[in-house]
Parts: sequence; structure tokens; C-alpha cells
Amino acid sequence: MVSFEIDGKKVEAEEGSMVIHAADAAGIYIPRFCYHKKLSIAASCRMCLVEVEKAPKPLPACATPVVEGMKVFTRSASAIEAQKGTMEFLLINHPLDCPICDQGGECELQDLAVGYGGDVSRFHESKRVVLNKNLGTLISTDMTRCIHCTRCVRFGQEIAGIMELGATGRGEHMEIGTYVEHSVDSELSGNIIDLCPVGALTSKPFRYSARTWELNDVAAISPHDAAGSNLYLQVRRDRIMRTLPRDNEVVNECWLSDRDRFSYEALNSDQRLTTPMIRVNGTWQSTDWKTALDFTASGLRKVIEQFGANKLGALAAANATLEEYYLLQKLMRGLGSSNIDHRLRQMDFSHDIVAPLFPSIGLPIAEIEKQKGVLIIGSNVRKEQPILGLRLRKAFLGGARIMAVNAVDYEFSFDLAHKVIVPPKQFVASLARIAKALAKEKGETLPNAVNDWAKGGAPSEEEGRVAQVLVQTGDQTALLMGQLAVNHEFYGTLYKITQVIAQMIGADFGAMLAANNAGAWLTGCVPHRGVLGAAIEAPGLNAGQMQKKSLKAYVLLGLEPELDCMDGLNAHKVIGDANFVVSLSSFMSSASDFADVQLPLAAFSETSGTYVSGEGRVQSFRGAVSPQGEARPGWKILRVLGNMFDLAGFDYTSSAEVRAELDLEGLECSGKLAEVDVAAPPKSVTTSEIDLERICEVPLYVSDPLVRRAQALQACADNPPPAARVNAEQAKKLDFSDGMKINAHMGAAIVALELIIDNRIPDGCILIPSGYPETAALGGPGMTRVVRA
Amino acid sequence: MNKLKAYLQSFLLWELLKGLALTGRHLFARKITIQYPDERTPMSPRFRGLHALRRYPNGEERCIACKLCEAVCPALAITIESEERPDGSRRTTRYDIDLFKCIYCGFCEESCPVDSIVETRLFEYHFEDRGENVLHKDQLLALGEKYEAQLVADRASDAAYR
Repeated sequence: MVSFEIDGKKVEAEEGSMVIHAADAAGIYIPRFCYHKKLSIAASCRMCLVEVEKAPKPLPACATPVVEGMKVFTRSASAIEAQKGTMEFLLINHPLDCPICDQGGECELQDLAVGYGGDVSRFHESKRVVLNKNLGTLISTDMTRCIHCTRCVRFGQEIAGIMELGATGRGEHMEIGTYVEHSVDSELSGNIIDLCPVGALTSKPFRYSARTWELNDVAAISPHDAAGSNLYLQVRRDRIMRTLPRDNEVVNECWLSDRDRFSYEALNSDQRLTTPMIRVNGTWQSTDWKTALDFTASGLRKVIEQFGANKLGALAAANATLEEYYLLQKLMRGLGSSNIDHRLRQMDFSHDIVAPLFPSIGLPIAEIEKQKGVLIIGSNVRKEQPILGLRLRKAFLGGARIMAVNAVDYEFSFDLAHKVIVPPKQFVASLARIAKALAKEKGETLPNAVNDWAKGGAPSEEEGRVAQVLVQTGDQTALLMGQLAVNHEFYGTLYKITQVIAQMIGADFGAMLAANNAGAWLTGCVPHRGVLGAAIEAPGLNAGQMQKKSLKAYVLLGLEPELDCMDGLNAHKVIGDANFVVSLSSFMSSASDFADVQLPLAAFSETSGTYVSGEGRVQSFRGAVSPQGEARPGWKILRVLGNMFDLAGFDYTSSAEVRAELDLEGLECSGKLAEVDVAAPPKSVTTSEIDLERICEVPLYVSDPLVRRAQALQACADNPPPAARVNAEQAKKLDFSDGMKINAHMGAAIVALELIIDNRIPDGCILIPSGYPETAALGGPGMTRVVRA
Repeated sequence: MNKLKAYLQSFLLWELLKGLALTGRHLFARKITIQYPDERTPMSPRFRGLHALRRYPNGEERCIACKLCEAVCPALAITIESEERPDGSRRTTRYDIDLFKCIYCGFCEESCPVDSIVETRLFEYHFEDRGENVLHKDQLLALGEKYEAQLVADRASDAAYR
């Protein structure tokens, strides 16, 4: 520790830290533009000039290391003069268009100009003009306002890991831009809006719609990914106008993914379902709540009386609140059915019984960056979980070796030490071979089934190297499964082998899921477990079974089966075949094809509730605005339904009362299964040579009903229309060319798509994304025959 | 002496005569009563009457939706909604002033960076129906167009003091 003085106040700071750090810690404000606590030091704006005793000239506080006994004066005549001079130079070229600037009211330059700017400009020459850059649908630019602090450039380089913006030219000719015109497509691009201290980079969807002083911040939690990012919903006149990150060092730091930031647009979309609707004689009628709920209750009652309660099923989306899950399962179990699930895309449920209390990423989010090694299994983590991707990049910058077993050679914001790119069908075998190599290094014996999965094959070179690194990184390793693993046809086995590997080296492991999978498990919104993991005597049907064989009645909570289920179109049909379907949804959706009742559900911003993130962090929030139209919070709808069936314990007056029934203290996130019994591999089925294996990923901006209706995100370059992708060699073999129209056959379904040559795809595979109406007919992963259209 | 003076004054109705003299003086003096509405008092160019939104000489509306008037209004009488016009400029889609709330303080006019919202010399107006108390953007712009000449003259005469 170094002790010195700032403005006569004795302060202590760590050796090597800068004056500005110590000043911030001591609560002494030094003006700054280019300095940001999370970015490297550029010292380019000179606004933080301070006087230091015995230094001939003022020094920038952000780039002056602390020295024992130094005396810093931040408010001395010479410091103030230097700061005022800097401000005058900055204002030479900065336009005085604050009244039309969206940054007005939250502008660092505007604020500091009040303190340090002159009242009259001495500059009479013409000001510099810079043409605006087109950075895509999310960020709008007014580059004349730029003061060249390079925060946006440094964000791309250092945090997001992909340098999309740079500075060209020098002095007055310096410009921030992309050099060759293209949009900024990073999944975290919105953060540069927050970073920009002036109005050069502002939010495009928000453009000119409100001023900051009109907005009230309401704390909320992101409904999109396992990070559980903390955010502020900014509200004006009962309408969400904007979303901003809320600092939480152990979750999202000060960042927010674009999906979290811009999905609010859907909340105000004209596709919201605003009145209860019932189907009478085949036509939809808007009605009042009482009629709709009576209709719902009598419809469900009829099915129960006629076919029994076990013909009743409930499916929930993975981003409903904890309270909604709890009441949904309480209602269903009260009616006598355990057919309840939220894992709409999962195909393999074989490890359900031994699964931990709730699925988690296996370690606290803040711990990810401290790992020495990470093995990613089947995940495009950067796009699936942008905030966890940031942590992985931090780990990488800290020297961690990150490896991946993936079906697509995804581009990450960090370098992979080793990668094993195999078709999804070989995931298990590849992982088994890694386990085998690891066991050899460690001198341990593996369960026979794991050896069987490895098919006696020797590990490939890369697999061997992965195993070697795992041995070296030991218990400082995290194994993270992503979407392609979780939705794999042998997810259970994958999970078990991952645990075998993790146990050999003492690593943490887990799966990265959606916003509230953990909450769904904890509340018993799974067929085989009750509240907090309580045993269920007669387990019900899981999501896979409910989507395959039609029950007589379904209750759907916030999902669109066609787009949210793995075998979309089929699920849509199966659910449609039921006698009675109740759809609770925030949006008008394809449920109108098959449902009998549509109840308008309040969106995450309109209800109080709780999400449990992937690290087991229980985060409650309150509604920011009132529900649109006649929509009501899910917990209220389910409570009234419970009352209508005269079920006991449905007398809640608030969502907090619902939560209070659950003891969620001290949740420990661990991926560990109670026991590992790896099942033997099935007999291999020979498939036709010409068939390609479909890699079935759900891209970033089609992941849930909310995102699918956020216009700016839908229009952005990171959300291309669905296409079939194969590598160049494969295309040559099949005589296909880039941009060609092809027909993909899977089973009886045929879908016409554009073919794109993409060398990230391994041989024998074709990437056809899921989550689009265009590809819903194809169902899930499987063999695809591709022919020219 | 004073006693005698008082006695004489009461006796001679001195105060009555004094009063009559005042009446008499005013009978012949220049009248200050005006015959409203046929006659009008002079008005200051700073008079704060009914609001108007002005346009530039080329017909473009001045208001840029900066919302400073909305923020400064102590009576919360102004409601503005804005968006990006297809040509990329910042414009209001709604500009309402609730005249029941307005206290005619003139802060809106003072805060306006583009001299768009102004207060005219108009003070005689009435409402016949519920809701007419809220002036909308089109009405305000129409007022601005109607009184533009007067507004320009007033601002010119007051410019030296601003």
C-alpha cells in the first residue's frame, strides 16, 4: 500500500494503481471522459489533469501511478485552469445541439461543461463535421459529436473481444468508424451506447422518444438467459421506454447483452394479447375475465370428468416466474395430474431421477473468470449466454485455456486452446474418448459403458490434448454444457460422462440454460419432482412425451409450441389435437389455431416475480408498469383458477406470499448427479451416405416469444434469415453452390431454404436453425436429405 | 388655535367642499376608463397570454421536441411526445398544453432554445366543451401562424433586453 495525499486528505492505494482510482475510492471526484473503470487507460481526453506537487505540468490522474508521499491537488488553480482549457478545446468541435441530442440530460460532456466550460466561445472558425456511420439497427450515430475518447473502440478490443470500431486519421481528422462500412454485430454492441460519454452513439430504437429526466428506473431481471442480468427498466407514463444495465459486480458487472437491452420493444408491440379470448363455435370472441375463466374451468373439468386427470398436461416456457411455475404445478397436482414440464426442447430425460435439486452452471458466475481451464460442450456460448461469454473471455485474458467440443466451429471472443469439432451424433463418443484419455493420464478406470461409448477408438490428437490440459488445470476447471448438449438425443449420457470427467479432476460442471429453468425445478414444475425436489409417487409425462402423444387437455404458459418446442410443427399438431387447450400468453400467437381459450398474460415487466439464475441466485422484482389492456399477472390468473376448482391454499394476496411458501435460502449450485450409471450405447444404425446430419441450433434472436417480437433485434445483421449451411467440401461433393435454393427433407417434411457455404460446419453435417416458422416442419436433429430445389 | 380651526372647518363644511372639488376636478380631467371591448389598454410586448407554436419563415415548425418546456413547467401543464420524422429530424407527435393547469408564468417561452413555444397577447378566450381546455399541436401551430407578425414585432422590440 502506498499512502499519499489528495487535496490534503490522506489516502491509501495499492501500488501500481492510478491517482484516479484512489480519488474515486476516497470520494473525490475528478472529471473524466476517456477513463472507465472496466476499460484500459487511454489518457486521451486530458480532462482529468490534476496538479501534483513537484511536477512541472499538470498530470492526467488516470495515468499517473500513485507514489508514496505524493501530494495531488484536484481543485488547485493550476488544475482547474488545465481542466477548463481541456474543456474549451473539447467544445471547439462539439456541436451545441444538446436540445436535439438524445444524450442530453445524461451527457458527461454536458454535465462537465456546466462546471468547467466557459459561457462564451472564443472559437469563431467553422466547426468540424463528420459524416454519420451506419452501424445497423441498434445503434444510431452522430459522429460530429464524438470527442474521441475511444471508449467504444476499447470496449470492442478488450471486453467484447471483437474489434468492430476503430479510429482512423489523426488530430482533427480522426474519426471513429468501421473503416469498411458494415454494421456493428456484436451480441454486446449496445454497451457502447452506455459507454459513449457524449451523444455520438445512441440507441436507435429509443431515438428521440423520451428524455432521460422523464424516465423512472425500475429494477428488474433479464428474462432471457441463465446469467440473470440485473437491469433497469426505464418507465415513462406507464410504458417501458428503454432498458439499461444495473451494476452488479457478481452477475453482469456493468454490461448488458443486446437481447436484454432491446427486447423491451416487444412489450409495446401491437402483437400483445390484451383481452381474454374464447373460441365459441369455431370463432374467436373477446370476452371478460369472468367468462373466460369460467369457460376455462368448465372446459378443464369436462376433460377431467370424461378422461381422468392424467389426461391433463401443462407446458411452461423457461422464462416464466418462479411464482407462476409454483402455482401452475400446484394447480395441476391439485387437479390430480403430474404431467407438467418446462423443458420444451430437451429430448433425453434419462437422468431426471438422479438430477441435482436444480440445474445450474455448476459454479458462481463470478468464479468463471478465475478458472484455469474451461471445456465448452456443445455451445455457442457467446450468442447463447452473452454475459457468461464475457466472463469466459476474462478467464481467457487471465491465462485460462478454453477448449470446446462442438458441432460447429463457432467464433468466440477468445481463442480456443483446443477444439474438437464433431457432428452432434459423435458428441458422446468424443467426450467418452476424452474421458478415456484422461483416465489413462490419471491411471483411473472408467465405467465400462464409457469405454463402450468410446467404441474402443483411440482418442484423436485434439481429444488427447484436451485431456492433457484437463489434467493440468485440475480442479480449477469448469465444464459447461450448452444448447447443443442439452437438446442432444443423449443428453443424459453426455451429462453423466461430463460428470465422470469432472470427478476425475475435481472440476465444476453444469449446463447453461434459460432464465428460470432453476426456478422451474425448484418449484416442482417437472413431472418427477415436487416442490424443492420432493419425491412424487406417480411421476407424470415429461415435455417430450407430452409433445409426442396427444393428451386430452393442455395448459400452456407463455409458449408458442411451433417455435419453442423441439419438434415444432408436430408439437403444434399434437397439442391442437387435444379436446381443450388453454393458452396463457402475452402475445397473439399461433395458439389461435388450436387453443380454446387465450388468456392475456402480463409480461415480465408487468408482474412481480422471481427468477433463479443459472448460479442459483434468487432475484425478485416488482412490476414496472401495469399490464397492457386486460392482461393480468400469471400468478393471479393461476390463483383464481385454483379458487375456481376449490383447491386448498390458493388464497394469496401477493406474489411475495407465494414465494414465502418456498424456502430458497442457501441454494448451492452444483451440477452433480446423485449417481452416475452411464447407459450402454445403442446399436449403431447405418444411415445413408447421402444424408446429412442436421445441427439444430436456436439462434440468439429467436430464443423466446419476447425476442421474436423485438423489431430492432429482428432486423439486425446478427439475425439472418434461416438458411441451410454446409462446408465447402460437402457442397462440392453434393454439387451445390453458395446461395442456391435447396430442399431439405426430414421424414415427410420438406422445407425450401437457401444454401450458404460455411466452413465452420463439420463434414457430413448441415446446420438448419430451429425457432423459425420456416423450419418448424423439420422437427429436431436428425438425418436430412438435401436436394436441389 | 387648532380647536378653533376644527370648529370652523366643521361649521363651514370644508371637507365636503374639498370632496366636491376633487369630483369637480375629475369631471374635467382626461378619462382613464376605457370602453372594453371597443377600446383597449396598451400592452407590453412581454405580455403572457395564450400560447402558440411558431414556424420558421420557410414553413418548417420550430419545435425540436427537446422537452425543456415540459421539464420546466411548474404546473405540469405541457405534455409532449416525440419521434424521429422520416427525414431524420427530431419532432413532436403530440404537444398539448392544459390551460386549466397553466399559470402563464412564461417559463416555457424562456426555456425554449428555438423560440418555438411563445405566449401571444391573446388573453380573451373561452371554452364551451369539456376537453377544449387542452390545446393541441395543430391548434398551437395555427395560433402561431395567425399571430406571427405580431410575435416577430414583439420579439424584435424586446430583443435588446434579452
